[in-house]
Amino acid sequence: MIPPSFEYHRPTDVAGALAVLAEHGDDARVLAGGHSLIPMMKLRMADVPHLIDLQDVAALKGIEIAGDQITIGAMTTQHELIASDALHAAAPIIREAALQIADPQVRYMGTIGGNVANGDPGNDMPGLMQCLDARFTLEGADGTRTVAARSFYEAAYMTDRDDEEILTHISFAAPRGGYAYEKQKRKIGDYATAACAALIEREGDKVASASVAMTNLSDIPVFSEAAAAALAGSACDDAAVKAAVAAALEDIDPTEDNRGPVEFKMHVAGIIISRAIQRAWSRA
Amino acid sequence: MNDLTPDRDERVANLKGLGCSRKRVEDARFTQGKGNYIDDISLPGMLHGDFVRSPYAHARVKSINTDAAMALDGVVAVLTAKDLEPLSLHWMPTLAGDKQMVLADGKVLFQGQEVAFVVARDRYIAADAVELVEVEYEELPVLVDPFEALKSDVVLREDLDGQTEGAHGPRKHHNHIFTWEVGDEAGTNAVIGDADVVAEETMYYHRTHPCPLEPCGCLASMDKVNGKLTLYGTFQAPHVVRTVASLLSGIEEHNIRVVSPDIGGGFGNKVGVYPGYVCSIVASIVTGVPVKWVEDRMENLMTTAFARDYWMKGRISATRDGKITGLHCHVTADHGAFDACADPTKFPAGFMNICTGSYDIPIAYLGVDGVYTNKAPGGVSYRCSFRVTEAVYFIERMIEVLAIELNMDAAELRRINFIGKEQFPYQSALGWEYDSGDYHTAWDKALAAVDYDGLRKEQAERVEAFKRGETRTLMGIGLSFFTEIVGAGPVKNCDILGMGMFDSCEIRIHPTGSAIARLGTISQGQGHATTFAQILASEIGIPADSITIEEGDTDTAPYGLGTYGSRSTPVAGAATAMAGRKIRAKAQMIAAYLLEVHDDDVEFDVDRFVVKGAPERFKTMSEIAYAAYNQAIPGVEPGLEAVSYYDPPNMTYPFGAYVCVMDIDVDTGVTDIRRFYALDDCGTRINPMVIEGQIHGGLTEALAVAMGQEIAYDDMGNVKTGTLMDFFLPTAWEVPNYETDHTVTPSPHHPIGAKGVGESPHVGGVPCFSNAVQDAFRPFGLRHTNMPHDHWRIWKTANGLGLHDT
Repeated sequence: MIPPSFEYHRPTDVAGALAVLAEHGDDARVLAGGHSLIPMMKLRMADVPHLIDLQDVAALKGIEIAGDQITIGAMTTQHELIASDALHAAAPIIREAALQIADPQVRYMGTIGGNVANGDPGNDMPGLMQCLDARFTLEGADGTRTVAARSFYEAAYMTDRDDEEILTHISFAAPRGGYAYEKQKRKIGDYATAACAALIEREGDKVASASVAMTNLSDIPVFSEAAAAALAGSACDDAAVKAAVAAALEDIDPTEDNRGPVEFKMHVAGIIISRAIQRAWSRA
Repeated sequence: MNDLTPDRDERVANLKGLGCSRKRVEDARFTQGKGNYIDDISLPGMLHGDFVRSPYAHARVKSINTDAAMALDGVVAVLTAKDLEPLSLHWMPTLAGDKQMVLADGKVLFQGQEVAFVVARDRYIAADAVELVEVEYEELPVLVDPFEALKSDVVLREDLDGQTEGAHGPRKHHNHIFTWEVGDEAGTNAVIGDADVVAEETMYYHRTHPCPLEPCGCLASMDKVNGKLTLYGTFQAPHVVRTVASLLSGIEEHNIRVVSPDIGGGFGNKVGVYPGYVCSIVASIVTGVPVKWVEDRMENLMTTAFARDYWMKGRISATRDGKITGLHCHVTADHGAFDACADPTKFPAGFMNICTGSYDIPIAYLGVDGVYTNKAPGGVSYRCSFRVTEAVYFIERMIEVLAIELNMDAAELRRINFIGKEQFPYQSALGWEYDSGDYHTAWDKALAAVDYDGLRKEQAERVEAFKRGETRTLMGIGLSFFTEIVGAGPVKNCDILGMGMFDSCEIRIHPTGSAIARLGTISQGQGHATTFAQILASEIGIPADSITIEEGDTDTAPYGLGTYGSRSTPVAGAATAMAGRKIRAKAQMIAAYLLEVHDDDVEFDVDRFVVKGAPERFKTMSEIAYAAYNQAIPGVEPGLEAVSYYDPPNMTYPFGAYVCVMDIDVDTGVTDIRRFYALDDCGTRINPMVIEGQIHGGLTEALAVAMGQEIAYDDMGNVKTGTLMDFFLPTAWEVPNYETDHTVTPSPHHPIGAKGVGESPHVGGVPCFSNAVQDAFRPFGLRHTNMPHDHWRIWKTANGLGLHDT
């Protein structure tokens, strides 16, 4: 648990960070909260000769709510997400999900940007961002571009982000209707055995629209278009929930680990998805 | 006398002696981050060690090339078995009479085994150099299952090949270590063969690990000028370490000083001697400067002493109305690559023969076969006396299985088989003499406290609702009644490597009436500095706040066997009381002289000696202490000191009654512990607050072990649970609320009647949590399922019982 030696950089603006990235390419990585990268370095599974600590880049911090548009700086911590009453009013699913990430000590350090950018399938925010149809802003030497969360993830730890880009902001429209983030884990600090984010808008007795995404049930977060389609227009009754769950299970591909074998995970995923949908509907 | 003179009650309260919930004196430094742990100690010029470890569970070591590592700037030495061999330190003796490689000698036998020791100028360079040591391995077939190991042609311990006699008798196979038998097998088989009812079950008590918050480490400092070796380290038995270090190194014992600083939890993990200690000592001798080695979390989990790993096969017989007639138990014990169990030498399976539990079982037999596999060595008593957790789990599961067989309530089955209060001292069928107990009273109190009948009624209603499809949650009621055996132990049958398991206390009263007491034990969080001062306060009438307790420095503390197996209070606590009584005896003579009366005419009263029948004539302990040093008293030596080495006449037998109420989601395997009630009887209670803290901690480690904590291996011998992501260490979040209660049945042979409590909650808690899970599924036909009861295994149980077929 002792990392190899590395150079430590601590820029105060994005340009400074990008300059170090440009200079060292593959040999440099940005550090957000450090709860994924530092353990990997200590295990010597990640060799990072140049570590760029972003904590002094003020421009990457903060939560902005303008009308129904929400923009969150990548270096905003999970604790700050939880503590923001304005964010809670605009998008209560964020606090509900963030409270299920690790423990307070981790949440004081862990950031939303690090959580979504690392591409770890166990992280909770990527699935949630897909559910919210969020967009990620990436800044590089050639300027800025945005990528939809739903198309950002390619494989475990592989994303659309170039090595020389920094994910600076996350933005999404304030969700309407009911919400739920349901997560089963063995203990505090564990990744999900299965987790599901659900958003449901109601019109009369029917589902106007729905969004369902899952965490740690594939090598990337899984947004299930088919599950959403199965709910849309339904009364969110048992048959509709069952159909949505069946559709969502078609989209996942869990693997066996210490949490249990695939058979168990598929069963639990079905229960968790169903509970997320039902809870979201109850709040719609 | 006037209004300012404290009355007797005030004087008693002022002592903060026995029975006082005195706040822990240690906590001022711990809560401020001012503890002094091994990694806080730094000596001038200190070097740092780190290990090259084997990635394989079984492999031949073809070659080790240290050139690249030695070439790295800052690397001072790289030790391999070849370097230790001339000193005969490439192997070392284990506490169990076996031997163990210090560094890989030709082959490796478990993943993470120590292969080479790098010594460097700083910790980072040492870690970098570890990467540069090139080791060529040739993989060998891996044995992780003890039953397979006993059949396999693969010889794990080539060093023992052909050796048919081991440290504990004959070896049946090249991977067999010992057979240990207690009781009457033929008689037991005959009783069971003729019985009305017999219940049989095989259970696996999985391998787990004590996982103290602070891992193991040491700092060795060889002073070549004066020839003295100082060894700071995480040692639960510092004096034993000194003796072993002397025997191994050839350095005379007076030239070795062993210091245990603050220790961040031990739970048995810090009893044994690890290769890191030996390598640090050798490296310090070779380099002439201090060498520190501190392992990391993964190294601690993967390579230091594990606990349990017992396959237990039981048969229990009873009459049709539930009176138990006989018990047969056979254990296949997986000891890993070397037999490094930390048990008293004559007990290769510890006190597993306490497995008749709290019940009056007329005849019993226990057989244990120890087996080598490609797993880490160890086999320590994780928060229990030697193998008592396994024994209590075994009997408390056998009782439940028998209750199913008899179609009887398990609480009632226990009640009709308890050893009666009038039967103590009780001779068990497997050779122990239980000192005291009142099991029926404790059991009735526990069942009444939780409204046991009401719980059973609620459970029956829940089962019906489940069957009607109204709920997917089942309710389990976990019961356990345990008897511990702690305080090893009488020297006549308990020793470690020949060192008798007494303990000691030395007291010095200062002239102004305060005191220091030194003991042969060492606290790892138990609060000795708080509680031993309370024992002494009540014995000698000096306030606990005026007594310093010191342990862990072998240059100053009297020799003792250390702290594990709940032995500190039963043994060192007894020594403390006995030494205190010597102080009091001398104080009586001094008081009588000062009061100008005969010795027999004064009596001790809280904090003073008074003239019998004239309580206004007295001398306080402070006055007596001052006189002891400063007044010439005819026929009495100056000073007020005493030492006691205490060899207990028997073990002590704490007991308790626990009830757990648990809700189980059959669809996800998620459990919710609604209630946990723990009644403990540890005899005389020294500090109720410290006892409660011990119980909370022990129950939490029981929760961990029962519900998810394990060291799991795959077929290749890879450790699957080497980090805290997968190794379950409960936090405040997972821990339920505990309700504690007690009865008091003093030990008749202990000077103050205390029995020890640190491990009881773990011993009793594990079967209680497990029984709650199993009880929930009993109405659906479950007899037994193995721990740990994590979500997946509970789900699998429900699935196997058809509870997911909707």
